Amino acid sequence: MPVNTKAIGKTYEPALYAVGREKIREYARAVGETNPVHLDLDAARAAGYADVVAPPMFAVVYSAPAVGPPIFDPELELNFTMMVHGGQEFEWGPLVVAGDEITTTASVKDISERDGRGYYVFESISTNQRGEQVCRGTWTNIVRGV
Amino acid sequence: MANLEAGSKIPEVRVTPDKYLTARYAGASGDFNPIHIDEEFARAVGLPGRILHGLWTMAQVARAQTEAAGAPERLKRLKVQFRGMGLPEQEVVVSGTVREVADGRAIVDTVAEQSGNQIIRNAEAELAL
Repeated sequence: MPVNTKAIGKTYEPALYAVGREKIREYARAVGETNPVHLDLDAARAAGYADVVAPPMFAVVYSAPAVGPPIFDPELELNFTMMVHGGQEFEWGPLVVAGDEITTTASVKDISERDGRGYYVFESISTNQRGEQVCRGTWTNIVRGV
Repeated sequence: MANLEAGSKIPEVRVTPDKYLTARYAGASGDFNPIHIDEEFARAVGLPGRILHGLWTMAQVARAQTEAAGAPERLKRLKVQFRGMGLPEQEVVVSGTVREVADGRAIVDTVAEQSGNQIIRNAEAELAL
């Protein structure tokens, strides 16, 4: 069955994420960060940051509310049960710190088929409360047996 | 900052995810896909057992870059391909080599391996010097 490519270019509702200090600390501990700017407010301030600093890969946390819905969009006819995460790219702008409010908009960048696999590429653009782009994500999901 | 000249290796990151790491990462990230946290479910869908979150492993690749560069804001871009699957309670080794340095940016080629299998390959990082 060929993949349905009609949704290429579709953009979804922006999702807002309020970055909490304890959430950053929880994430930083789970990924084994040892740099105290991710764990300790005094250390972060002493290093010149406004608050506890989100590790760059915390982008997966603040982007999540925006990148979830496209995967489950019935218009894509994406067989979620056969999906694997094939690749990921992030491009970062200014750092995110606790207290920031991040708005992320997701879109369908590409849908294609190769060797019986469907390639679904989503893009997320995240901006902070000052309108600065803090992250652009490219999420490549591969669906086997299309 | 580590020595970031073309051809130099960045310091390795070695980490052994403990038995409960995938549960902690699920809570921290919000990704509760049962293939990561439910042994029976994972086996029922043909996996050897619970597998690591690819994005946790990518975070180890990112950590190798920010530790080499000396600060989180120096990591400007990171692109990875996920291959195979990572398993709890086995050491993950992240190693990278600076491919080129130009215009104040270093490009670092990186892999994450577990028991000799590459679970992240062709990772490309861009660091501000």
